[in-house]
This record gives sequence, structure tokens and C-alpha cells, in this order.
Amino acid sequence: METKETVPKRDSESKDAVPEGNSETRKTTIEASTEKFKVRIQNVNGWYGSKRAIKDVNLDVKEKSVTAFIGPSGCGKTTLLRCLNRMHEMTPGAHADGRVVLDGIDIYDKSIDPVVIRRRIGMVFQKPNPFPTMSIFDNVSAGLRLNGMRNKTIIREIVEESLKNAALWEEVKNQLEQPGMSLSGGQQQRLCIARALAMQPEVLLMDEPTSSLDPIGSSKIEELVRILKDSVTIIIVTHNMQQAARVSDFTAFMYLGDLIEYGSTNQIFMKPEKELTERYISGKFG
Amino acid sequence: MTSYSSSNKNYSKILHETVTKNYKKRMIINKLVTVFTIVCVIAAIIPLGSILLEVVKNGASAISFEFLTQPQGSIGSGRGGVGPAIQGTIIVVGLASLIAAPVGVLAGIYLSEFAKEGMFANSVRFFNDVLTGLPSIVIGIVGYVIIVLSIGSFSVFAGAVSLSIIMIPIVVRVTEETLKVVPFSLREAGHSLGISKAKITLSIVLPSAKNGILTGIVLAISRIAGETAPLIMTILGTSLFFTGITGPVDALPLRIWRLASQPYESAHAFGWGSALVLILMILAMSVGLRFLAQRRSFKAAF
Amino acid sequence: MTSSSSKNSRYISSLFVVRKKRGDHLFYGLVIGAAAYTLLMVGLVGFSVTRGSVDIFLAEGIEFVFQSNWNAVEGREAFGAFPYIIGTLLSSAIAMLSSAIAMAIGVPISLGIAIFISEIAPPRIGTPLSFITELLAAVPSIIYGLWALFVFRFWVRDLIEKPLYDAFGGSIPFFAKTPFGLDIFTAGIVLAIMIIPIISSICREVMRVVPDSQREAAYSLGATRWETVRMAVFPYVKSGIVGAAMLGLGRAVGETILVTMVIGNVIGPSAIPTSFFSQGQTLASLVANEFNEASSDLHLSALIALGAILLVLTMGINVVARLLVKKKIKVSSGAKSQ
Repeated sequence: METKETVPKRDSESKDAVPEGNSETRKTTIEASTEKFKVRIQNVNGWYGSKRAIKDVNLDVKEKSVTAFIGPSGCGKTTLLRCLNRMHEMTPGAHADGRVVLDGIDIYDKSIDPVVIRRRIGMVFQKPNPFPTMSIFDNVSAGLRLNGMRNKTIIREIVEESLKNAALWEEVKNQLEQPGMSLSGGQQQRLCIARALAMQPEVLLMDEPTSSLDPIGSSKIEELVRILKDSVTIIIVTHNMQQAARVSDFTAFMYLGDLIEYGSTNQIFMKPEKELTERYISGKFG
Repeated sequence: MTSYSSSNKNYSKILHETVTKNYKKRMIINKLVTVFTIVCVIAAIIPLGSILLEVVKNGASAISFEFLTQPQGSIGSGRGGVGPAIQGTIIVVGLASLIAAPVGVLAGIYLSEFAKEGMFANSVRFFNDVLTGLPSIVIGIVGYVIIVLSIGSFSVFAGAVSLSIIMIPIVVRVTEETLKVVPFSLREAGHSLGISKAKITLSIVLPSAKNGILTGIVLAISRIAGETAPLIMTILGTSLFFTGITGPVDALPLRIWRLASQPYESAHAFGWGSALVLILMILAMSVGLRFLAQRRSFKAAF
Repeated sequence: MTSSSSKNSRYISSLFVVRKKRGDHLFYGLVIGAAAYTLLMVGLVGFSVTRGSVDIFLAEGIEFVFQSNWNAVEGREAFGAFPYIIGTLLSSAIAMLSSAIAMAIGVPISLGIAIFISEIAPPRIGTPLSFITELLAAVPSIIYGLWALFVFRFWVRDLIEKPLYDAFGGSIPFFAKTPFGLDIFTAGIVLAIMIIPIISSICREVMRVVPDSQREAAYSLGATRWETVRMAVFPYVKSGIVGAAMLGLGRAVGETILVTMVIGNVIGPSAIPTSFFSQGQTLASLVANEFNEASSDLHLSALIALGAILLVLTMGINVVARLLVKKKIKVSSGAKSQ
């Protein structure tokens, strides 16, 4: 088990623990830090046709942590998220450039097939989208069967483990053959999380996963995120600032396509460096 | 809640092996399917291209002023033209549209505005759908038995009524679908002002659905303009110009068929020419009608 | 408000009510009449077909359906519908063969086109492509017939039939007869070409209704494009596709003028096709051929009876098809709204 990641102390120059993104002022070196960066976002631009939705974003995501992207509607946080598993380019007319380095490999390299990337980087969407014609079991095992896994025993084991890790196992263990859609909204979302986890991803991208859920469902998922981060690097987009504060270790604030500020969650919320950040945090605009 | 299970390291490895093993096969299958679909598309385009090509190629040479205005000369002579057929098509199709368009739109209005549920409305919808799928030869039978036998002769009227039976269900369907899309708030606004339903429908709802309905009507007219089978049994086809609504008349699809059945080269050439004229007429009608509709809405905007 | 002025306003507003009602009534009468006309048309169809075929059924009974003779000569009249039922089903089966060949070729190709336009091609290509396939649907069948008679049949004969005949003519009975292009096979293929736009545009419609979130779920698991279609799209649209195929089949079964121009036009027992390359006849094509020269009332009745059989056949197919397609679109959009 990894050692629990320490939260940088508030009053120290702890900003050095994570380099700031996109700042004209300074870029702190990272050699001093012993923690690894799972995903390094370098000079990424995201386009919809000729409109540039995210501009020259630089950001390093720490391994086995929870990083939150926050910002008002339209700031580009979801676009950035979708650039990380190359889902952005699936929108007609959309493309991205720059580098996104996963464990030393640039996923935008010409020789990389996005299909392979999406195995290592999983995604959970805003509205739960289980496959309606499949049972709970088949939903979770969908990705496994897709990739040609045939061993029924192993599939069963992985399904059980994924459901446990998504905190759904106890609720559905006796009804695995039921259709995926028969669950409540919150359960469906955990089903989707289990489905993503079954692929043993190293990074999990979550696009406003609780925005369509009730408060109880939401808090269950937040609890889940806190536990999952011990083994999976999580990047979560949320329009709910309090959620970001509750759940994440690092926060990136975006506005109109630019990465305004990036740092530890404590620092962003307690002592934001940029005025824009401060205004957003205190609710002066939404 | 339990902590994250730590046996995932093994699963990760197993999964990685499986993925690598199957990767190539999956990619090949994906490529094959893509190729297959492209081949299908090409396979569908080739006939279309060939048809258009042949019609233009073979038909253009037959067209002349004489061709468009004169009745056919003696068989095999290559003289004359298909004037009566052109005239007949315009008359029969025009008459059929005059019958079918109002009836179809009104029925569509009924289904959309007045009775969305209920046994009557549902059976109207159901049978309307059934009608759209009827073989055209059966429609011809209807025209024959009901009209030709009653009047006693093959006639324009029989042909027009038959074609209208084909056209009405199409217009009804399109009208209902288009009206359904008009937001309810428009009607609500009218109701709240105390305007009668008739006026709301005619002055508010219908104009905003105008384009869609017109497109549907144009499509329906294009469809019946090319129908042959019902005409075989209702208008008979002659070499004379229009003599009266209760008399026989010629029409392009019918004439094409008869020409194609003759063994003479000149007849075949006339057939291609008629086909070209038919396609051009249908095209002209659909473009023209749509243009007229745009113009009026343009003017209204100012 | 004093009592007299309220009485006045009531009187005035009642005037308006009366005037409204009359215009409203008229309009209502018009629309309901128009709707009722639809039912009337259906009634007319049933009536005319029944009345017209009564004679032959009185003369031959239900035997008419299963008999094969077709003799119009005065005095030795005998009519049987059997060969043409087979011909109709066969050509439709080709189109779906002359309806079966159309289906065997047509359905896969239509699916391929639908998948390409809906899932693979970017909108720049997909939109004009679907426009082109709509164009195909708009070509009148008489022009298909013309083209098939003078151009296409030679392609089929030389590129497909002759090689098949040379290779298998001796051994497989399906390819036995000497091909010369005007036969059930060609009819089936041209029917297929005609119904492909219909089937593929319906397939495309039902595919379009599948919510994108489903496709995204599949892609996020690392699926290839084909796997996404298979996993996320197909389950939604399976019965819609079957419905589309049956609609196409219904169209192929009822197609008259195109078939009559390329199918070879034989009558009587020899019209029962024994090979792909046999000349044949369908219910609709025979009616079209003989109607204007029908020699007797009985003959006419027999022809109309063929129409009756065709009607029953088509209606059955179409009703099933519509139910299937409607159900699929409803299910998909229901799921989408979640």
C-alpha cells in the first residue's frame, strides 16, 4: 500500500509540492518532489472547428490523487477532461493538439491508437449510461468481453471485485441478472463506475458524476472517490465547488478556456493567488 | 465500505495479456467492416449514376420542339412526339394533387390538432399507414372498379382519383408529423387570447409548419407523377390530346412503358426522351414549388 | 358594475361566442370529414377488390389460389394464381429472391449504407450521401424499368449470370437455364436496388435515435467503431431493422411496372420458376400485362383476384413491419429522454 499522501501545509512554501500551471510568473521544478506524475498535460489546445475551447493548458496530475477541474459553465473543464482519453476528437469537427503524457508516453502520438488508451484511462459520465439491454453482470463485464476475455471464472471474479470497489456489491449481489436499468440513478452511476473499474484503469476520469444524483447518492459517490484514489488516479470535473473542496487533493480552476490557477485544494480555496480564482471561490460569479 | 481491493495487480496483468492478444484481430475486423460498408455505398451509387447517365445520354438526343408538342406519328416512323403524354401528365397529376393536397392536409390537421387519441383517430392513423403500403396495381383496381365501371369509360377522372388515393396518405402523414413539431406554446398563446381553434390552426400553427408540409406535398406529387400501374387501368392512354375529364388521356409513365415494349429503335429513343422529360418535370415542379414557398415567406419577413 | 351593463356585456360576448362557433364548426366538419375520407378510401379498396374478384372465386373457389393453369381462350377458361404467388415471393425474396433476391442482397447492403452514414462518415460526407440515397428512392419505377430493360440486364447477364451458368449450370439446378437477362434473377436484383434506399433510410433513422451517451460508454471502454455499433447501437435497433426490411419487402412485393419489364412474362404452369434464370411472373406484373387485353369478364375477374391476393399479402407484411418499426423508435426515444 502506498503511503498516504500528505496534504501540504497551509502556511509554508508548500506550493512547491505541485508546480503551478500556466503561470507567467514561475514554474517550480519537480525534481525535488518524490511523488510521480501520472498524467502530464503539456500545451494542450482543444478545438471545435475553428473555435479554440481550451488554450495552451499545462498541468501535471499527481499519481493516486484526486484532482478537480472547476470553473463556470463553458470554461472548458469538460473539454479538457475529454482530451485526456481522446474522447474529445469523437465530436464531429473537434480536434486537439499538444501532448498528454501518460507514464512517459504521449497519447497523442501518431503511433498510438486511442482504443488502447481508453483501456488505461476510464471514464464516468454525467448521466449514468448503463447498457439498457444488458444485465448488471453483463454491464460490468462489457469491457472485459469486448477485449476478448473468455475465462468465465476470472470474469466473475473481476465483476465481483469491481462491484465491491464501487460500493454496489452488497446491494446487487443477488440480482446480477437483473437489467442494468432497473437500478436507481445513484446505483446506475455506481454501476457505470464498476464497469469502468473492471478494466483495471490507471486513471479514472469523472465528468460531473454526481450532478444528476440526489444528495445521498452524491455523497456515496464522493465517499467512493476518496477510497478509490488509493489505487487509481482520479480526475473529476465538477461545477460544485464544495464538492471539489471536500473530495479533491488538487484543484485546477479554469475560465474561458484558460487554466487560471492550479494547486493543492487547500491552497486554492484558502489562499488563492489569482484574483479571478478568489472571486469565483467566493461566489462573486458563477 | 471496504477499502479498494488489492488483488487488482493480477487482474491488471491478465487483462493486459488478453488485450494484447486480441488487439490485432479486433482491428482487422473493424477495418473489414468499414470496407464492407463503403463497398455497399458504392454499390448503391453505381446504379443511380448509371440511370441518370443513360437517361440523359439517350434521352437528350430525342428531345426537340416537335417531340414535346406533337402526338406520335405512325408507329415505327420516328416522327412526332409525346405531346399528349406531357399534357396528360400535367392534367392528371395536377387534378390528383388538387384533390389530395387539401384532403390530406385537413386530415393531418385533424389528427394533430383535434384528436390525438381515441379509437377513431387511431384507426385513421392505422389505416393511413396501411394505405401507404398498398401496391399501386391494387390502387388501379380501385380506380377501375369504382370509377371506370361507373362512368363507363377510361378517364382522366379515374386516373386522378386513383393517384389521389396514393397521395393522400403521404400528405396526411407528413402534415401530422410536421404539425407535431410546432411548439405547443404557440397554440397556448392563441387560446389565451380567446381565438377560436380554427383560426389558431389556420393563422398561427399552419404557417409555421408550412415548409415541412409543402415539402411533403412536393414529395408526394413527385411520387405519383412517376406511377404507372394505376394509370394502366384508369386512363388507358391514347395518342390524342385531352378531350375531357371523362375521356381517356395519355401520360408519360404509361407512354414510356408502351414505347419500351415496341421493337423499334425510334420508339426506344422516344422512351428515353420521355423519361428525361419526366425527370425534368418532376425536378422543375419540386424546385419551383419550394421556391414559391420561400419567396412568400421571404416577403412576409419584411 | 350595474346590472344593465353586465347584461349588455353578456349579450355582446354571447354574440362572439355564436359567431366563433359557426366558423369553428365548419372547420371541424372539414377536418373530420377529411380524416373520415381515409377510412372511406380503405373501404373502397376492400370493396372494389372484393367485387371485382367475386366472379372468379364463384367459378373456381379457393382452388384459384393453388391452381397453375392460365388459359384465357374462350370456352376453355381456367385460371390459377399459384405460379404468380411463387413468382412474387421469389422475386421479393431475391429483392429481399424476385423479392427474395432483393432481400438477400438488399438488406445487408442497406445496413452497410446505414452504418456508414450513421456511424462512420463525418457529416460532411454523410449528409450528401443520405441525400443521394433519397434521390435513388425518388426515381420512378418506370425509369428503373427502362434502365433495367435496356442497360442493366446486359450487365447482369454478362457479368453475373453467364459466369454462374458456365460454372454451375450443369450441376446446380438453380443455375440451370440459359440466361439471357430477362428473368427472375434480374428482376430480383433491380428490385433490390429499388428498395435499398427505403430500407437504409429507415435503418438510419432508428440508428440516429440511439443516444450518443451509449456510444460514448462503449468508446470509453476501449471499443473499436464496429464494436461500438455492435454493443451500443444494435441492441436498440434490432427490431427496427427487421421492420425496415419488411417494409422494403412490402414494396418489392407490390412493385408492378419494373418487374413486368424485366421478368420475362410467362403464364401458366411454366411460370413456376425452376431456376434463378427462369422467366417468371408476379401477381402484379401479370395484371399489368393482361389488363388492357382481358378477353372476358371471367378473365378480368381472375386478374382482379390476383390483385386481391396481392393485397392480402402486402397488408400482412406491412402491418407487421410498421408495428416493429414504431415500437423500436418509441423505445429508443424513451430511453433517450432519461
